[in-house]
Amino acid sequence: MSVPQTFEPKIVAFVCNWCTYLGADLAGTNRLEYPANVRIIRLPCTGRIDFNLIIKAFELNADAVLVSGCHPGDCHYTTGNYHARRRWMLFRELLSTLGFDLNRIHFTWISAAEGKKWQQVITEITEKTREMGPYPYLAIPDASVSTVDHGESTA
Amino acid sequence: MIESLRATCRRLLETGTAQVVIGYGQADPGKAVHPVFIRRPEDADQLTWNDQCYPNLVAYLKRKEVQSLGKAAIVVKGCDERGLIVLERESQIDRGSLYVIGIVCGGVGNPKLDKCKSCGAHRPRFANEILGESSLLQDGVGQKWQALEEFLTKSPSQRMAYWQNEFSRCLKCYACRQVCPMCYCERCLVDKNRPTCIDTSPTLKGNFAWHITRAFHLAGRCIGCDECTRVCPVGIDLRLLNQSLAKAAEEQFGYRAGMDPQAEPLIGSYSLQDKDGFIG
Repeated sequence: MSVPQTFEPKIVAFVCNWCTYLGADLAGTNRLEYPANVRIIRLPCTGRIDFNLIIKAFELNADAVLVSGCHPGDCHYTTGNYHARRRWMLFRELLSTLGFDLNRIHFTWISAAEGKKWQQVITEITEKTREMGPYPYLAIPDASVSTVDHGESTA
Repeated sequence: MIESLRATCRRLLETGTAQVVIGYGQADPGKAVHPVFIRRPEDADQLTWNDQCYPNLVAYLKRKEVQSLGKAAIVVKGCDERGLIVLERESQIDRGSLYVIGIVCGGVGNPKLDKCKSCGAHRPRFANEILGESSLLQDGVGQKWQALEEFLTKSPSQRMAYWQNEFSRCLKCYACRQVCPMCYCERCLVDKNRPTCIDTSPTLKGNFAWHITRAFHLAGRCIGCDECTRVCPVGIDLRLLNQSLAKAAEEQFGYRAGMDPQAEPLIGSYSLQDKDGFIG
């Protein structure tokens, strides 16, 4: 399927206040250019990023989601990112079972000093998402791939 | 077996060890087994035990109206007992004021349910009193993740199509939540409407958000009683979602909910060694 040239991916970035947000800020003050496709949402900590926010972003037609925070050991609240890491490990399994496209959900550690890395990550995600095209979250499934049997479940 | 259960119940109520005994009752043979709340010793004969005792009675401990009946004694199978362990670890029950009557279970259902074939907890381990004979089934002889592994042979787009089809039937009756022994929030996220986090009408998006939330709030906590799947009026196989999280917990962290009373809750703890290969 050809993607219209006008497609601009919508990317939602949930970032922590202390590292990635400042990294993005640094990219700005250093005049590092990165695609304007990203919508940054600042939260206190990656440990605060509820999985429902990711689902909400897809419901509101995001084509990709980025979750980013402090490197391990650097958390402003000492352990928030460790808790987040464990949660995302499990959450990815659930999304995979549900058939979500895991190529649309990105996780990175970006520190307050890594303005350059922010620029690279956003550029890469934008390019990758542009190639993949819009994310048809919960679009009506193609009848040909629907292999559902409606047998009774156990017990 | 049933007689000793009834005698125990009578004794507990007569001595005042418990004010209410939560157990299984059955109006007539062949009728569905239902929970009974025995408060007088002479009612103890209502108690029963057979292979139709599906419900996980632990779910009733979270109800205010049950809590108001006073000190409780509860009949649990080995698998149900795992729920008590999780709840105790999460400070939801006071194990000291609860009398647990454990029943050695040979699996429920006729034929036996899949979960019983791979159950690792036929015999209750921490009950105040353990009744019944040795189990008919060996612990863990079945294929634990069989249903999930078969499902995962589908491609991601087939899986998504499958769930869209399943969730399109969801009525948002929340039976899966009500029956779950692990769902104890006084106010569920889905009932909060300022702002609305999860669409309350049974739209596909709202249904996805609900089922993702339900499953993930049970990550590392679900004991695999499969009650949510059993009570679903439209037959959605929710156990696949629960199993995918339980499997990940076991394979990545060596953690099984409710098996070790000393273990830190999975989501409430962390390790510096957690793998982060997926994080750039």
